[in-house]
Amino acid sequence: MNLTDTAFIASQRAQRPVGEVILDVRNISLSFGGVKALTDISFDVREGEVRAIIGPNGAGKSSMLNCINGVYSPQQGEITFRGKTFKQMNPGQAARLGIARTFQNLALFKGMSVLDNIMTGRNLRMKSNLLLQALRLGPAEREEIRNRQFVEHIIDFLQLQQHRKVPVGLLPYGLQKRVDLARALALEPQVLLLDEPMAGMNLEEKQDMCRYVLDVNDEFGTTVVLIEHDMGVVMDISDRVVVLDYGKKIGDGTPSQVARDPEVIKAYLGTGH
Amino acid sequence: MAGMLYSLIGLGFVLIFKASGVFNFAQGALVLFAALALARLAEWIPKWSGMSPGALSTTLAFIAAAAIMFLLAWLIERLVLRHLVNQDAATLVMATLGVAYFIDGMGQAIFGSDIYKIDIGMPKDPIFVLADYFQGGILVNKEDLYAALIATALVTALSLFFQLTSTGRALRAVADDHQAAQSIGIPLDRIWVIVWCVAGVVALVAGMIWGSKLGVQFSLSIVALRALPVVILGGLTSVPGAILGGLIIGVGEKLSEVYVGPFLGGGIEIWFAYALAVAFLLIRPQGLFGEKIINRV
Amino acid sequence: MIYRDSGHMVTSYRADQQIFPVLQDRWAVLGLIGFAIAGVPLLADEYVLRAVLIPFLILSLAAVGVNILVGYCGQISLGSGAFMAVGAYAAYNLFVRVPGMPLVVALLAGGLVSTLVGVFFGIPSLRVRGLYLAVATLAAQFFCDWAFLRIKWLTNNSISGSVTVSNLEVAGWHLNSAADNYLFCLAVVLVLCLGAKNLVRGAVGREWMAIRDMDVAASVIGIQPTSVKLSAFAVSSFLIGVAGGLWAFVHLGSWEPSAFSIDRSLQLLFMVIIGGLGSIMGSFFGAAFIVLLPLLLSRTLPAASGLFGFELSTAANSHAESMIFGALIVWFLIVEPHGLARLWSLGKRRLMLWPFAH
Repeated sequence: MNLTDTAFIASQRAQRPVGEVILDVRNISLSFGGVKALTDISFDVREGEVRAIIGPNGAGKSSMLNCINGVYSPQQGEITFRGKTFKQMNPGQAARLGIARTFQNLALFKGMSVLDNIMTGRNLRMKSNLLLQALRLGPAEREEIRNRQFVEHIIDFLQLQQHRKVPVGLLPYGLQKRVDLARALALEPQVLLLDEPMAGMNLEEKQDMCRYVLDVNDEFGTTVVLIEHDMGVVMDISDRVVVLDYGKKIGDGTPSQVARDPEVIKAYLGTGH
Repeated sequence: MAGMLYSLIGLGFVLIFKASGVFNFAQGALVLFAALALARLAEWIPKWSGMSPGALSTTLAFIAAAAIMFLLAWLIERLVLRHLVNQDAATLVMATLGVAYFIDGMGQAIFGSDIYKIDIGMPKDPIFVLADYFQGGILVNKEDLYAALIATALVTALSLFFQLTSTGRALRAVADDHQAAQSIGIPLDRIWVIVWCVAGVVALVAGMIWGSKLGVQFSLSIVALRALPVVILGGLTSVPGAILGGLIIGVGEKLSEVYVGPFLGGGIEIWFAYALAVAFLLIRPQGLFGEKIINRV
Repeated sequence: MIYRDSGHMVTSYRADQQIFPVLQDRWAVLGLIGFAIAGVPLLADEYVLRAVLIPFLILSLAAVGVNILVGYCGQISLGSGAFMAVGAYAAYNLFVRVPGMPLVVALLAGGLVSTLVGVFFGIPSLRVRGLYLAVATLAAQFFCDWAFLRIKWLTNNSISGSVTVSNLEVAGWHLNSAADNYLFCLAVVLVLCLGAKNLVRGAVGREWMAIRDMDVAASVIGIQPTSVKLSAFAVSSFLIGVAGGLWAFVHLGSWEPSAFSIDRSLQLLFMVIIGGLGSIMGSFFGAAFIVLLPLLLSRTLPAASGLFGFELSTAANSHAESMIFGALIVWFLIVEPHGLARLWSLGKRRLMLWPFAH
């Protein structure tokens, strides 16, 4: 796959300094009933980098993301975010801390328009109480408009302008994924967890999505952790890669390091990469 | 024993839910309809055919009523359910509410809305049992005993049907996963017709028993609402649960009325069952025997 | 005048977010409201006011409340009759026991009491959903049925729970005639529905819809299911409670607990389904439909039976009503689950393009 323009952006980015460890995952083990989804996983994520998690199907990548985000609670291990350590987290807490995510199977609110979906991402910032909202005077109206302006920036950024008022259920899959990303961005996150953002997309859509992800990382300095199957994308846009297989970590390093690692090649990449 | 009747109505709920995932609010209306049909047919058949009223005419009335219930079941499946296959639970619940209203109205329009008697030859005198253990013995209505026997026979027959026949197996497959069942060639609509027919027969038996005891009247359909907590207690997917739940609620209602009622001003029967159901919902939503409800992320 | 929104550009977000963005809509609605205030009392006779318009207004308000809970937030509720009863009896108690209690305050306070009760009975929604929640709300309904019948204190010690109010006045304006009652109801309903519409198109409304559509995703963006569901119960019960107070005080005058039985709950639910779930306007449509249908039937059925040549008693009338209701519910759910409101907006969209096809 040819991603020359994103490769260029990535190479430009390589000169930008990457910060301290913002997210540290230590000894996470997760099981469902008798099935062990994750076994003793540890890795870290530095501020401002693009970290990819790769591995064959069923390796536990989504489960890992779910642990970071608080949707699953690991039986063992802990996660440190910006110096604060958590054994348990719930999704609401994660959102308030600045961790946003998208879902593999999309989790959009099908009954609402694109604009409303993205506006829900601003909910944490909308503070006016019920009575004020019912009267819709002064503060409530101003708050609504302020947040609308912010959301419009995101809509411009992701080029969703003409779809604003369309109910999301009617949009094609690629656009829905973009709305999912937009909603995550509306949280102004420090860490963005993307679960297979390019799944089911054609070449052009993938290029667009790559560019958006890199732009987000570039312009806002958002740390990105993404799960991805397309090795070309991973090699081109990520700073470091974690490789999982059957719930265990089998590789960790820069893309080129990981691509040369014999374990990883055996389990996942095969020859000729 | 009201408990037995609750169990039977609860059984109807469970059957339809097990087979189609649809909760049938219309079960009560079905019971009323069936009872009305039976009562009136028992009157009309002798009139039309010149037979003298007795065991034969009543049996014919039963068969005719059963046939009508089958027809009704087929119509419901054809006109309503087939079109609502993929809708969510709330929509289906509301659709069955609509069906309930419709059957209510239709039943009374066709068969009349006075109070009717059903006479199926059950002895009405009470007997005393366990006179050795309790002073004077416990007063048990012979009629209730017969009712319990009939109900038990019905449940046994149904259980055998579900476990041993291939149709029963198909029903269980459909209850588990509509799409999977469809993809192995199980004819979904025919299965649903069968399920609703069975529910109709259960409704008929329930209507018959209660009608014989209390007379057939409109309040019968309200009784069905009282039977809802039965399936919550027993678990929506469990036949033995429905039986047990019915008994618990039936006995519980009477006991609560006697012991707790006076403190609260009496008449708490109305909501006792529901209070129990809510308690279960908060502690153990799947009831005593139901399957655990798993919400997958 | 052709219905169009071309040529009307919005130049601010505020304009874009208005309740009626299309200019002609705005004029139409303002005109309608103006007519309702000024024209109707002059033109309508007492019967129409008392039997059609006042019930329509009050039930619309209740339907808006039910719609917020069931349509916008997706929490099924079969206990709305009970909340109406709470609003009515609470307002009654305040009105009768506190000397000099103004009517409006009593009604609003009734709504607040209903809010508390509603939030309490909404607690099961944090644990269960769908059918199981329906059962919990039925519990509320039956409990309230019993409470207002048996707990003497609640009904000021009346025997069967039946009570009466009279001599209503609002700041010196005596509500004597049907027209007075109508205008009072209109005022209350307009104000509260405006508030409801503002809530629904703001952040709270989006929260409700998010919980309805996918509550797992909602929690991931920081929306707390607990507080959102309870807020839906709260707002919904408030509106339903005030509607209950209005129904009791203004429409009925004297009432007993059976006025707010499960039949009422089901009636409200049907209004919302037929009118359109998740639509304020739909609640009005549904209320109009349910209020008008029996009247229509009672006029046409005798004529129809004359055609077919058989006697129809009043009992048959109510049976026919049940049957038609039931059939219509099912029909709506199959054909247009979003109710009359969706049909209306589809019609408007066609009109916007007319005379072109697309």
